[in-house]
Amino acid sequence: MHYNQCILSLLIFLPLAGAAVLPFFPRKAESAAKGFAFVLALITFALSVPLFFLYSSSGAVWQFEVQKPWIQLMGQPALTYHIGLDGISLVMVLLTTFLSAVAILGSFAGIKDRQKEYYALMLLLESAMIGVFCALDLVLFYVFWEAMLIPMYFIIGMWGGQRRIYAAVKFFLYTMVGSLLMLVAILVMVWINFKTTGELTFDLPKLYVMHLTAAAQTLLFLAFALAFAIKVPMFPFHTWLPDAHVEAPTAGSVILAGLLLKMGTYGFLRFCLPLFPNASLHFAPLLVTLAIISIIYGALVALRQPDMKKLVAYTSVSHLGIAMLGIFVFTLEGLQGGVYQMISHGLATGALFLLVGMIYERRHTRQIADYGGIYSVMPKYGAVFIIITMASIGLPFLSGFVGEFLVFLGSWMRNPWYAVLGASTAVLSACYLLWMVQRVLHGPMTNEENKSLLDLSAREIAVLTPLAVGVIFFGVYPKPILERVEPSVLRIVQTVENARQASISPSVPSTESRRTHASPALAQSAEQPDQLEILHTR
Amino acid sequence: MDFKYLWLIPLCPLIGVFINAFIGHLLPRKVSGAIASLAVLGSLIVSVMGLLHLLGLPEDQRVLHQSLFDWIATGAVHTQVAFVLDPLSAVMVCVVSGIGFLIHVYSMGYMAHDPRYPRFFAYMNLFTFAMLLLVLADNFLLMYVGWEGVALCSYLLIGFWFERPSAAAAGQKAFIVNRVGDWCFILGMLFIFVTFGSLTFQDVFAKVAAAPLAVPTVTMTIICLLLFAGATGKSAQIPLYVWLPDAMEGPTPVSALIHAATMVTAGVYMVARCHILFVHAPVALMVVAGIGAATALFAALIGLVQNDIKRVLAYSTVSQLGYMFMACGVGAFAAGIFHVMTHAFFKALLFLGSGSVIHAMHDEQDIRRMGGLSRWMPVTTWTFWIATLAIAGIPLFSGFISKDQILWYAFSSPLGGVVLWTVGVVTALLTAFYMARVTYKTFHGQPRMDEETQRHIHESPASMSIVLILLAVGAVFAGFLNMPEALMKIAPIGWLTHLFGASAETFSDFLAPSVGTQADVARALEMLHRQIVPTSHVWEMRLMGVTVVLSVLGIYAGYQMYVRKPGSAWSIARSAPWLYNLLLNKFYVDEFYKAVVVRPGMGLAYFLWRGIDVLVIDAIVNAVATIVGIFSHLFRGLQTGYVRNYAAGMVLGAIVVIWVLTR
Repeated sequence: MHYNQCILSLLIFLPLAGAAVLPFFPRKAESAAKGFAFVLALITFALSVPLFFLYSSSGAVWQFEVQKPWIQLMGQPALTYHIGLDGISLVMVLLTTFLSAVAILGSFAGIKDRQKEYYALMLLLESAMIGVFCALDLVLFYVFWEAMLIPMYFIIGMWGGQRRIYAAVKFFLYTMVGSLLMLVAILVMVWINFKTTGELTFDLPKLYVMHLTAAAQTLLFLAFALAFAIKVPMFPFHTWLPDAHVEAPTAGSVILAGLLLKMGTYGFLRFCLPLFPNASLHFAPLLVTLAIISIIYGALVALRQPDMKKLVAYTSVSHLGIAMLGIFVFTLEGLQGGVYQMISHGLATGALFLLVGMIYERRHTRQIADYGGIYSVMPKYGAVFIIITMASIGLPFLSGFVGEFLVFLGSWMRNPWYAVLGASTAVLSACYLLWMVQRVLHGPMTNEENKSLLDLSAREIAVLTPLAVGVIFFGVYPKPILERVEPSVLRIVQTVENARQASISPSVPSTESRRTHASPALAQSAEQPDQLEILHTR
Repeated sequence: MDFKYLWLIPLCPLIGVFINAFIGHLLPRKVSGAIASLAVLGSLIVSVMGLLHLLGLPEDQRVLHQSLFDWIATGAVHTQVAFVLDPLSAVMVCVVSGIGFLIHVYSMGYMAHDPRYPRFFAYMNLFTFAMLLLVLADNFLLMYVGWEGVALCSYLLIGFWFERPSAAAAGQKAFIVNRVGDWCFILGMLFIFVTFGSLTFQDVFAKVAAAPLAVPTVTMTIICLLLFAGATGKSAQIPLYVWLPDAMEGPTPVSALIHAATMVTAGVYMVARCHILFVHAPVALMVVAGIGAATALFAALIGLVQNDIKRVLAYSTVSQLGYMFMACGVGAFAAGIFHVMTHAFFKALLFLGSGSVIHAMHDEQDIRRMGGLSRWMPVTTWTFWIATLAIAGIPLFSGFISKDQILWYAFSSPLGGVVLWTVGVVTALLTAFYMARVTYKTFHGQPRMDEETQRHIHESPASMSIVLILLAVGAVFAGFLNMPEALMKIAPIGWLTHLFGASAETFSDFLAPSVGTQADVARALEMLHRQIVPTSHVWEMRLMGVTVVLSVLGIYAGYQMYVRKPGSAWSIARSAPWLYNLLLNKFYVDEFYKAVVVRPGMGLAYFLWRGIDVLVIDAIVNAVATIVGIFSHLFRGLQTGYVRNYAAGMVLGAIVVIWVLTR
């Protein structure tokens, strides 16, 4: 079969197959389990790389698309195995395969018991995540979405720290509440579509063009938005995150921060904006407000954390607030920035968690106060730490800046005050991260136990180098990502813009004005050339 | 022929960074330092070639442009990594790489015994790279890369001896204070983009020049004020100057690099680069001039009483930068940039001279424990004196010429006036005095250090002394590049100037295509209905006479107070202890910021965490879980497992349903 046809399915099911094989490893050969898992993750990553080069920015809306009948309902092919990528999901899939491999390699020293179960769960998680980003059928999406929860629950609950059960249950219940509402919303949406068109389908591109009343949009939007806002997480739904991060093993935190949180922002991009553009417009002020609160609040709370992992966890609240701000200003630049921020945050925060984990493995403490002056004994560690910190602070020519700048630019176009408040992160992020650097790396060596700390091992360098190179490369040369994401983001912006035009247009009769519909552009690749024209004339 | 090598200017030090960062520890020390120095020398050579190439072009074509690749390009944004060499950036790259090269050479001797030698040079090269990027950038966003890059490097280098808590704290302070300015700078860039649809200098400035009144003056003013707020951070002006005096925690060559060649001049450069925006926002220009003048005076006052040799020099930098902004604020951008250049020579000389002293004195920096060093360190002493005379404004030294131009424009420009001029002149007097104080207390009078230290005092090695001498030559003669017309009438000066191949105001004329002339400023102001005051050479000479007298007086007062009657300064201080303490404690500004910004901020953060996050939000989450738990506990009682109970329930339910339906 052709690469384009089978590659996505292969990416989804290869790690799954590995997860299925791993439990049959004999207990004695457990160390082989981790090597097997890593090699498999590496192969998956290697297989996914050509996607990036084969993806055509001027090509169809959904590429590498596959649609197979799955389950028939009422004589209609309601559920299909429909997968495909647009620019946004393309970069997210690559981030997933990359970070999964890194996280697995990063677990080698930290995970000592029940290794084969652990690595099986990691691979299962990878499958589910790739599935979420590829799925174009709502039921398929929901299956993958829920499937992600289970391995993560066990990874926190079994290999976590002291309060791992509390954290795992909190994580599970919190996200479950959101996703159940989302399930109800999916069913209602499909039902409404069935009533109006007579077609029973869970196919996302088909649903993109459905007609929804303003009231229906509002309710459905809220149900989806809650699920995603919890996942992001946005203030005030964020309190599960610090607990989950603190208790999760290092790789769990890497995946959680690097990828699972992105499911939230991705969800807004994939579902909320294109399906419910009017409701998105209606609730934009609320979501922008929450995003700005998240940015500032997350930063301030991070400032005072005595636990390094908790500190990094709160920085995620702040950094993803920036992504959310970019998404809900509905400008091309803002959305581009939001997507770029997701990628950059995945790399930088993933690396920060790995770095924290590496000294935790040496000293078994994450308290900032237990460190100080370790730069003098760990120069390589310190150098990487500072590079990653700077990427996270948003220093230009490192990845964080590209996303932040575009988000602030996009938000200034909507309302300058959004940018004024959002850009305060320039100061705040420097405060909380540099203060941590100062207390951990700098100063005199006060704690005797730190004197014997060993610098990075070869494996650790292998784990961190790709991330450090990544934050530099994508800071200096963002073009390959930006140009692939642009058409997909533009479609979303146009959908929202059309809805805005329709709702303010006085020529539309009053009864009709409440009935709005999404742009057919999303479903029909036939309109592609027109959009590109618009794109180039901008 | 086109000049295609602009990209080499920043690339050379970048290669140096990579070599020293990755294999520096494998190389012998001398090689590692030499590679770093050669890298900067490479930039210097290419820069000078570029400058010569520009000089060979007709005046209106002196712009070289080179694009490398697209950087952030999506939607309406299209920024490139692209360089531009025009008279302004040509001067800047030559100053940065020239002074930077000398500082690198000096560092090879100064840092010889430091265990982190290659790392030091990697940082120094990165610093030079960032600064070269800043001045070569052809758009705001790329300039911002350099802008932040120098902040990063200052952070790394000020905190180079990070084991010292004060050094680590100073580095952090420098970065965070700079970031406050950068916040405004980013917003300024965003506003520019939204207003003009581009971030490229050429596009933005061309739009303003083509239709100066198309953009409301309010918009222009806000843009300029935001940009200038960024400059107050980078160039250490009120209210964000507080990081610079602490920056002396870094090794002394770093101070020289920060104060002379890189970083602090960035703000002045940026304002000069954006001169066309500023002249269309007279209110912003007035703010620039006002802040500049206020900073000049304020820092000079603090400098009067400080006892740490580097701290005095740091405040003198803040003060001199104030002059530069004063120049920009009255529309004399070329004069501001000229002062950047002359200041680079004498300030690098002062810092490196103080480095020699500190080196000889075994890390002693307190001038109260120095004195009489001239007998051991002749080269350092006399080069330091040259720099002192230059900064004090003694005629024909470079500082005299650049400073007097600024003062003259401060007086005569339509934006200036007597007030600005008076502040400038008083500052000149103070400068002469405190520099004389430092020089006399360090090099003359009775030695006040202990015997043990005295025995080890020695002149610095040749690699360091030669650098001092070269810088001294610049500090003396750089002024001849921009001799005011009024002085050219005096025959020997005119003759000497021609000997240097220059004529009246050569430097300003060369810069004119980049930063405009006074006539341009006047035209822009006329459009905004401002009065232009006619000026004359007679007045220029008279005012110059006043400043010269005051400068000499300042030095003489220093001589009287610190050499002839060493106790007199102390008795003056005792006569007004509150004033002395106010100055000694730097007007308590650090304490003020701590009380008004840092403490409340930290308190708020703690409250948000403990008060809101834990006690409200998470408490609600846990309460919901508990309530659900209680209910499930209650309802669990219903799940008895007995069929008869379930049957009874069903019957009851059915009755209720029937009752509801038939009601």
